[in-house]
Amino acid sequence: MPDAVLSGMRLPVYPGPFSRLSESAMATRDIVLDHVSIRFGAYTAVDNAHLVIKGGEFFSFLGPSGCGKTTLLRCISGFSDPTEGRVLIGGQDMKGIGPNKRPTALIFQNLALFPLMSVADNIAFPLEVRGVGRKDRRKRAEELLEMIALPGVGDKKVHELSGGQRQRVAIARALAVEPDILLLDEPLSALDLKLRHHMRTELRTIQQQVGLTFIYITHDQGEALTMSDRVAVMNAGVIEQVDPPESIYNRPKTSFVASFVGESNAIEGKVASQSEVLVSVDTPLGRLQGRAAGGRQYRAGDDCILFIRPEQLSVGGGHSNSLTANQVKEEFEGNARQLFLEANGIPLRLSRVNLGGPADSISGGAVQVGFEPEQAIVLPHGVLAGA
Amino acid sequence: MNRGTGGGAVAAGFSLLFFSFLFGPLIIMVITAFNSSSFPRITPWECFTTEWFGVLFANDRLMSGLLNSLVIAVSVVAIAVPVGLAGALALSELSSRLRAVLYTVLITPILIPGVVLGISTIVFWGALGRSVGAEYGSFFFSGMFLTLAGQVTFVSAYAMLVFLARLQRFDPILTEAALDLGATPGQAFRKILLPFLAPAIASAAFLTFLASFENYNTTVFTILSGNTFTTALASKVRHGTDPSLSALAVIIIGLTLIGAIVHEAYTRRKEVLRSGIARRSRIYSNPVLKTLVHPLTVFLILAGVAAFAAYEGTRHDASVCKQQILDDKRARQHELLEEQRRKMQEQQKTVAPVVSPSEGPAKANPSPFGGAFSPNGLTPGQNAPASSGTPAEAPATANPSPFGGAFNPGALKPSP
Repeated sequence: MPDAVLSGMRLPVYPGPFSRLSESAMATRDIVLDHVSIRFGAYTAVDNAHLVIKGGEFFSFLGPSGCGKTTLLRCISGFSDPTEGRVLIGGQDMKGIGPNKRPTALIFQNLALFPLMSVADNIAFPLEVRGVGRKDRRKRAEELLEMIALPGVGDKKVHELSGGQRQRVAIARALAVEPDILLLDEPLSALDLKLRHHMRTELRTIQQQVGLTFIYITHDQGEALTMSDRVAVMNAGVIEQVDPPESIYNRPKTSFVASFVGESNAIEGKVASQSEVLVSVDTPLGRLQGRAAGGRQYRAGDDCILFIRPEQLSVGGGHSNSLTANQVKEEFEGNARQLFLEANGIPLRLSRVNLGGPADSISGGAVQVGFEPEQAIVLPHGVLAGA
Repeated sequence: MNRGTGGGAVAAGFSLLFFSFLFGPLIIMVITAFNSSSFPRITPWECFTTEWFGVLFANDRLMSGLLNSLVIAVSVVAIAVPVGLAGALALSELSSRLRAVLYTVLITPILIPGVVLGISTIVFWGALGRSVGAEYGSFFFSGMFLTLAGQVTFVSAYAMLVFLARLQRFDPILTEAALDLGATPGQAFRKILLPFLAPAIASAAFLTFLASFENYNTTVFTILSGNTFTTALASKVRHGTDPSLSALAVIIIGLTLIGAIVHEAYTRRKEVLRSGIARRSRIYSNPVLKTLVHPLTVFLILAGVAAFAAYEGTRHDASVCKQQILDDKRARQHELLEEQRRKMQEQQKTVAPVVSPSEGPAKANPSPFGGAFSPNGLTPGQNAPASSGTPAEAPATANPSPFGGAFNPGALKPSP
């Protein structure tokens, strides 16, 4: 990556050619998925998706590969029709309206820049097909190149640009005719880590700048959590939870969400008793206590899973939930150390933040670890991510 | 050539053989085009002449055939390229199982022998024409139309194969992107797919043109009583060839060479510009040389050379040389005649004193018929002295008749 490009990318503010829409206008730009199901023969790709994406929102669909999120996106952008249900954009049913007539612009996973055209022609393509004159097209392309901090590359061919530059050209092309909704299909997956992190903030800045609705598809929870106003977690065609990132992480509603978003130790067991929000669970590690997710009421004997995040598990005694584990190995990750433990056949993971001091190495053998009941969450037994 | 990879004299010899095998016939044909001998040959070399080009262009049958061929070839390109493109697009859109079936169907015309295609084309259109009550003057019975129809059936399959190969490298996401950005399906096709296919369209057009132009198997049937270039050529060869065909070969080879050289110049220039070594290259940094190696300049130079050669050729007059050759021939003929006459006279002189003309043949040629057909066999002068007896006896002995000599001319004579 040339230095010039990186320095160009650090431009924090874009001279935006967009004006923010008023609140009332936003309300009419809501996207409604009304009990949308998409089937391919006997296979159900999307099962009864029902949600409202508000105008101007940065909304992410998060899920593993093959969970149906791309299918849903293609349905919103008009490449396929739902088998059941309706897609409404701004209150209008989109059935039978082609992708070229919808107020959406899709940024493809591989960007789909036109290889035979120059960068400026790529960006001006949406204007060209709408019959805008050559001069105006060129002017608008220059404007947008200015906005994505890539002035002067208009005459280059697409293959002469770097990955990050192409990324921004694709965004500029999608924004050229000011769509209401920008759909992004894992656009950062082809970039290297540093650039990916940079593009996250960049995308968020652009979104806030232009005030468009962004619908973002990703399997990378880091992207979903950092950029989004709200996140929908999908698994096997089903939307498991729709919430702001913090709620998704701290208050997962299903075992899948708890295990997919962030790292989590899952300890299976049976409910012993419940008092208010605290649930006592009988596990192979003894009786442990945790919060009941979303004020849920359990009956004694229900199968459940108690989730505790590695960073909320701590070394030492003095916790209400305390257990003894054997150390298996330790990994240094830079910002943290990962401790891999094993207790009664159940693998546990403990994360300790690197505070810069000398590593207070835990000698092998038995370790006392524990957590507070408020830190753990008890969910009904269900599918785990990666299981 | 590298010795380590098996180079050396053997490889050089083999290469020589190989190239002479490839180009020998062409070189010999080119040379024969300029020999005034009325049969295409190198030896004996008679005169350098350009008259065979004139003979070629004066051949109405060949020239009208050429015109027909060009008209047909251009029409075939105009029909087969879009049809082939449509077929390729259909194939690339279908599900894989249906695609396999359709592929086989579309490719079949290539696999069927051209002869069968030609005959079936006539039969099909003839039957169709009769069933709708068309007259014999209608297009159902027109050689041009039938040839066009027959050729399109298999030539479009060639075009389709070219397009399929290119389409396999096309990312259909690009079309989706264009649609998503507001293009109508027509615009997406024109602005995204068609530019991508442009090289394939050019090569398909070239290929279909050649396939149509040089086709014989199908055309020889479908053209009916008419002529295309190939059928006229074939019948001309069959009825006896002359060097005007060599002249034709010279023209075709010349055109091919010009095309190949211009194409090479084009690809080299493109390669140099693409790889970005243009600035470092000695040729491309010099504006004069750069203009000189431009394909258009190369073409103009070659076309100029060809035109100059053609002009000089029309001015070349071989009549003096030919007259000389003719005189030589006459003199030689005369000489030969003289010699023959002299020989005959000599023969007469040496043979005559030994054998008399009358006895000679009989002796020299012992006949199985006992000399009955001898030219002198019936001369009375020779028989008369031999039959010294009565006239009645002589024939009987000479010719014993089954009728006991009853018909003997002397038998009715009153006996003495």
